[in-house]
Amino acid sequence: MIGNLDLVTLQHIWWVLCSVVGSLFLFLTFVQGGQTILWQVSKNEVEKSLIINSLGRKWELTFTTLVLFGGALFAAFPKFYATSFGGAYWVWILILFTFIIQAVSYEFRKKPNNFLGAGTYEFFLLINGSVGLLLIGAAVGTFFTGSNFTLNDYNFVTWSHPLRGLEAAFSLFNLSLGLFLVFNARVLGSLYLINNIDFKPVPELEYRLRRACFSNFTWSLPFLLYILVSLLLMSGFGLDENGLVAMVKRKYLANLIGQPWILLILLTGVVLVVLGVLRCTKNMKSSGIWFAGPGTVLVGLAIFFTAGFNNTPFYPSKVDLQSSLTIFNASSSHYTLTVMTYVALTIPFVLAYISYVWYAMDKKKLGTEELGSDAY
Amino acid sequence: MIDNIDLNMVNWARAQFAMTAMYHWIFVPLTLGLSWLCAFYEAIYVKTGNDEWKRLSQFWMKLFGINFAIGVATGIILEFEFGTNWSNYSWMVGDIFGAPLAIEGIVAFFLEATFFAVMFFGWERVSKRFHLFSTFMVALGSNLSALWILVANAWMQYPVGMAFNPDTARFEMQNILEVISSPVAISKFTHATSSSFIVGSLFVLSISSWYLLRNRHVRMAQRSIVVAAVFGLLSSLLAGFTGDESAFENANHQPMKLAAYEGLYNGESGAGLVAAGIVNTSKKVGDDQDPFHFEVRIPGLLSLLANRSPGSFVPGINDLVYGNEQENIMGVDEKIEKGKIAVSSLDTYKLAKKAGNIKEAESALATFKEHQNYLGYGFLESPEEAVPPVAISFYSFHIMVILGSLFPLVCLAYLFFIHKNTLSKQVWLLLPGVSLFFLSLIASQAGWVVAEVGRQPWAIQGLLPVTVARSNLTSGTIQTTFYMFVFLFTILLIAEIRIMLKQISIGPKES
Ligand code: HDD
Ligand code: HEM
Ligand code: HEM
Repeated sequence: MIGNLDLVTLQHIWWVLCSVVGSLFLFLTFVQGGQTILWQVSKNEVEKSLIINSLGRKWELTFTTLVLFGGALFAAFPKFYATSFGGAYWVWILILFTFIIQAVSYEFRKKPNNFLGAGTYEFFLLINGSVGLLLIGAAVGTFFTGSNFTLNDYNFVTWSHPLRGLEAAFSLFNLSLGLFLVFNARVLGSLYLINNIDFKPVPELEYRLRRACFSNFTWSLPFLLYILVSLLLMSGFGLDENGLVAMVKRKYLANLIGQPWILLILLTGVVLVVLGVLRCTKNMKSSGIWFAGPGTVLVGLAIFFTAGFNNTPFYPSKVDLQSSLTIFNASSSHYTLTVMTYVALTIPFVLAYISYVWYAMDKKKLGTEELGSDAY
Repeated sequence: MIDNIDLNMVNWARAQFAMTAMYHWIFVPLTLGLSWLCAFYEAIYVKTGNDEWKRLSQFWMKLFGINFAIGVATGIILEFEFGTNWSNYSWMVGDIFGAPLAIEGIVAFFLEATFFAVMFFGWERVSKRFHLFSTFMVALGSNLSALWILVANAWMQYPVGMAFNPDTARFEMQNILEVISSPVAISKFTHATSSSFIVGSLFVLSISSWYLLRNRHVRMAQRSIVVAAVFGLLSSLLAGFTGDESAFENANHQPMKLAAYEGLYNGESGAGLVAAGIVNTSKKVGDDQDPFHFEVRIPGLLSLLANRSPGSFVPGINDLVYGNEQENIMGVDEKIEKGKIAVSSLDTYKLAKKAGNIKEAESALATFKEHQNYLGYGFLESPEEAVPPVAISFYSFHIMVILGSLFPLVCLAYLFFIHKNTLSKQVWLLLPGVSLFFLSLIASQAGWVVAEVGRQPWAIQGLLPVTVARSNLTSGTIQTTFYMFVFLFTILLIAEIRIMLKQISIGPKES
């Protein structure tokens, strides 16, 4: 069956798949959120260790999802991979930098003779959770605000801004998206920790986490509102029947009206996030993460779908509109997309074993008795 | 297609890629080998129920975890470096090269990432058998990730299963099975993994030797050694066999690489293998200096290895560069001529198509098709450019092979004295034995230098030189990030080594 799909269908399927991986990553940024909230809620070494050990059992999943996001974009939309990584060089290098320092921090932080000291590794975690996420948000923001590149006849990239991608962080819209991601990750982080830790020996910590959940949610709202309102009002990049890209007034509003199901996904997502926060702060339940997490996935999907569907270039160029990348001109060949779609059939299986292991490992909450010499 | 190549920038991009890849490869072979050993130790524990095997597995797992973390940290930069440093490469071959990278993520990295947490924190949370299963999954996952990245790398050495599409001006995949099952992919995967098993085994031998010398953890060290030495011995045999297979594939598909690492300038029938030698670095292609100051040759062996037949002809660098009519070898000069025609007819085709001049476009396309196999050569300036650095290739190859011949003997010696129950007294063996792990890392790194430096000047053998593969960056930018990463990785490496040494000196828990 997959063998008979036409190119356009495959291009849509792969935009959906990349969006799913990207949105799952946003959910899993509860790890990054936890890393920055650590400084706000833990008052002693035991609390700190509990938080880090709780996050330490999940950080690899987030990390690997990011790696897969890169790999999936490479395989399905190689022109995007080439243009963005080779062009917006600095923003990506800095993002990677923050993930490199994260990867060693859990394992090295508490080990004797670790050269830099526990504080440095905790600082690495903070940088990863704040700067790393902020820059990722800014980079995703350029899906709507555009970047500064031109492609020649052979698709060689020239970037026309000396900051090579970092300029993205100086747009209010991109910056707001970044800050929203940071605060949303902190909300998710507190919800995850509330669900994962056994608070009997540390009741204060639970109280502080619930408060942090609420305050970070409040902080995230203005940024979310700003993003949504600008998205509805701003001019966007559109592809016309002749395959030419032009600025279109209220393009993204038109995308949402033209594809009401995306609007539905967006609203459901926002409602779920709110429900998750309410469960945590009003009903004093610990299952908030299972609302806010999927809610974040839906919001992420809505963002990616608005950026890529309905004849919208998902990686537009501000300086040369016709260089903009769409899911049509940036994709792999029909053959490669077909092969990769077969490979994607294994994804449900992967999700299944991840869920099973997650369930088996988290049945019992994490208590202080597990902070022995083998802990992070 | 491209103008104004900044060679300085290309060389910095190469240096950066090589540096980050070599850092990654410090940790990867240990992961690939030690993950299996951890699984074996734990399997013995589950089978015997003897707690000592459990503590022993936990000790090696702890070292495994420290190494794993930094392996992951150095890996993520590589994944994105194809885009940052080689963006034209990523566009021109992304249709083929991207697939194995994505597959690696889906089928391998998640296995590792998921079961890693069980392996470390699951002792009290899941059943014994599920824990053992998880440890095996980590080993399987890491070796599967090796499979896919090596398929990608093998494709760069021997590009198959694809065709150039003149309309998109890129290479596109035609048959993924050909890509996966190419003989080069098979020899690369089997050789890189089996040699990594050696690295894992010798890591265990090194540390255990130290304990025996210090008279600490004697029983555990001996137990560790038995399993590791058997695994190391078998892997050494496999690595020798697959290494020979790799050289055979080089002879078929990358004869220039083979000639370079053998220092063979003038091809011969019944060519001898240089067992050891000192390269004359002032020797240039085409002059009549002796390539060696001194060498030891084993007659006929090279022909045997390269072609499986002792009297056969092995082409040398001169034959490949200037051609050899007798042996029917086309020289690089001729290939460059054809390549230039391919490049210019592709340009004409593009322009004519844009202008709507169908007739001209068709005739340009026909010319292009006739010469497209030499497209990559059209970007070379002189035939001599097609020769990789000879001295580096030669020394790296010989270091690897000499060490590779030594390792199985060492494993045998360990097994022999363990069997005699006198290993602790063999200080002459244990003392140098402590350095085995470093020797194996050197062999392993040298192997990659042979494979990658020997491929120069090509990013994709014969099709795409590195100068075309590059991104549009200034050399200053790449220099900056080069130093950034050297600095960061070196600090992390120091931290890792210190933590490792501390954990080794603490040692496994005794009952
Ligand atoms: C402990 C490490 C180790 C040891 C003992 C050996 N190798 Fe090796 N070799 C590697 C580690 C390695 C490697 C790092 O894994 C490489 C780099 C790329 C690859 O596929 O494997 C490699 C590459 C490599 C290549 C280049 C392949 C290519 O360009 O595609 C050849 C011809 C050999 N090896 C041959 C041998 C022979 C004849 C050995 C004899 C015993 C040997 N190797 C031992
Ligand atoms: C230049 C190409 C390479 C790239 C792009 C690359 C990419 C990566 C990435 C992104 C990770 C982190 C994965 C995670 O999220 O867990 C990683 C880890 C790993 N890679 Fe590589 N890698 C390369 C070369 C290799 C090679 C040649 C091998 C094996 C033959 C290998 C084997 C591994 C293994 C076993 C890990 C697990 C972590 C560890 O090293 O301990 N990689 N790699
Ligand atoms: C992990 C072990 C590896 C090492 C030590 C290594 C080493 C090197 C070195 C030394 C160079 C520079 C050669 C030169 O310009 O003189 C290089 C280049 C390169 N390697 Fe590797 N490599 C490794 C694995 C890989 C893998 C697995 C891939 C692909 C899947 C790969 C792809 C490349 C590319 C794209 C370049 C740049 C283009 C070029 O210079 O040819 N490498 N590598």
